[in-house]
Amino acid sequence: MYSAKVMDHFSNPRNVGEMPDADGIGTEGNPVCGDVMKIYIKVKDDKITDAKFQTFGCGAAIAVSSMVTEMAKGMTLDEALKITKSSLAEALDGLPPQKMHCSNLGADALRKAVEDYKNKQQK
Amino acid sequence: MNIYLDHVATNPLHPEVLEAMMPYFREHYGNPLSLYEPGMKAREAIETARAATASLINAKPKEIVFTASGAESNNFAVKGIAYANQNKGKHVIVSKIEHHSVLNTARFLEKQGFAVTYLPVDKYGTVNPADIEKAITKETILISVIHASPEIGTIQPIEEIGRIARQKGVIFHTDAVASVGNIPVDVQSLNADLVSFTAHQFYGPKGAAALYVKEGVRIVPLVYGGIQEGGRRAGTENVPAIVGMGRAAELAKRDLKKRVDHVRALRDKIIDCALKIDKALLTGHPEKRLPGHASFVVEYIEGEAMLLLLAAKGIYSASGSACSSKALKASPVLISIGIPAHVAQGSVVFTLGETITEDDITYFTEIFPAVISRLREISPYAKGWEGTEGPTCTAQK
Repeated sequence: MYSAKVMDHFSNPRNVGEMPDADGIGTEGNPVCGDVMKIYIKVKDDKITDAKFQTFGCGAAIAVSSMVTEMAKGMTLDEALKITKSSLAEALDGLPPQKMHCSNLGADALRKAVEDYKNKQQK
Repeated sequence: MNIYLDHVATNPLHPEVLEAMMPYFREHYGNPLSLYEPGMKAREAIETARAATASLINAKPKEIVFTASGAESNNFAVKGIAYANQNKGKHVIVSKIEHHSVLNTARFLEKQGFAVTYLPVDKYGTVNPADIEKAITKETILISVIHASPEIGTIQPIEEIGRIARQKGVIFHTDAVASVGNIPVDVQSLNADLVSFTAHQFYGPKGAAALYVKEGVRIVPLVYGGIQEGGRRAGTENVPAIVGMGRAAELAKRDLKKRVDHVRALRDKIIDCALKIDKALLTGHPEKRLPGHASFVVEYIEGEAMLLLLAAKGIYSASGSACSSKALKASPVLISIGIPAHVAQGSVVFTLGETITEDDITYFTEIFPAVISRLREISPYAKGWEGTEGPTCTAQK
């Protein structure tokens, strides 16, 4: 059902955990639906220097979280905002169709984390 | 190490069953309706299987109609009785925790102009017989209540429901797919008029199942054609599968007590292990449940992820979570017993069979808590459900 890459990121997820000194935090999803993603980012000079996640959800949701944090690290904020559901799915060698929407929350959670960072900067 | 703990999904074929079936693929390939020797051999084999299958549930051979699946038996029972009795009334009673093959058939009947009452269950998933009594009207022609739930293991008070149905003169069907071959089932003491069951739940082949139809109960066929199964189900019989069901029924009858004792002892170890875990809850009735059935909801994590991590360690299980279902909906059974939708996501079901060993369960008790800890490390809710949104899911599906 899942690609080898999804299984790898699900079984050995990268960047798991809370980030107490995060510069931006984004949460997407609802446990009633079955998937919730919380993404933490650390930002320096408009660049994401570190990213972590906590996820409640299925295999696909955990793999997507792992992948989005891997991709975001080292990106500028503008680059990070260009990550989409389809670019994430592509990076994971595809996701089953029924998982494309409800479990593929990584791009939205990351975008919220970037927005959270920007809002904090304005204050 | 592979440990198959999904026996409610299906079971491997018993080697003796396969042995019994083989000649009916190779030598005795005749059509049971043919009048010459190979046909007679096939017909005799079907009748021997019918007697063995009937004996497993204490029925008469002529009360057994062979079908191809538990779902077909359920469809046949519900539609066949509704159509046979629609001039007496058009009201059907089912429970909310029926299998889809009963629930979706009931919904189909609603579209055909029947009225259906869906009875609630308590927190253990048990139907209250008093509710049945109250729901019966003079229009009621059929009551259908599942014997044992494949999802939460709960065994219903079928004898009492059957007694009420009989007193009121209403035909009573029970879907006994998860129970026949796994616990003693006697159609006489259950007071049932129709009973669905399937061979692959007791080490028989897939593609062979049966509907018990009590002598004298009139039923409309699903499939018209020839005179097979007394005209109640047309179509050339699946002789090898029927022979397999008969042999599996003999073995189930002979070994039932041994099987029950074996799986119950090991099942209890799984329950003990799981209930030591914080925020892991047994679903279904603690005592009145299938002996080989252990089902839980584990809070703060999701079932499909649990199932996949367990499978990576060679343990095969099931889940009623939304993500693990193709329909992306949490199990209606878990919702019916009052489990909140976000907690139902943590559903996991283990069902045992006769080949599971003590060593398998020792291994399980090492792996299962570790899998839960691992997923809770990843979960944002490891410390509780705080910040959890309302009960509606708005995600695009």
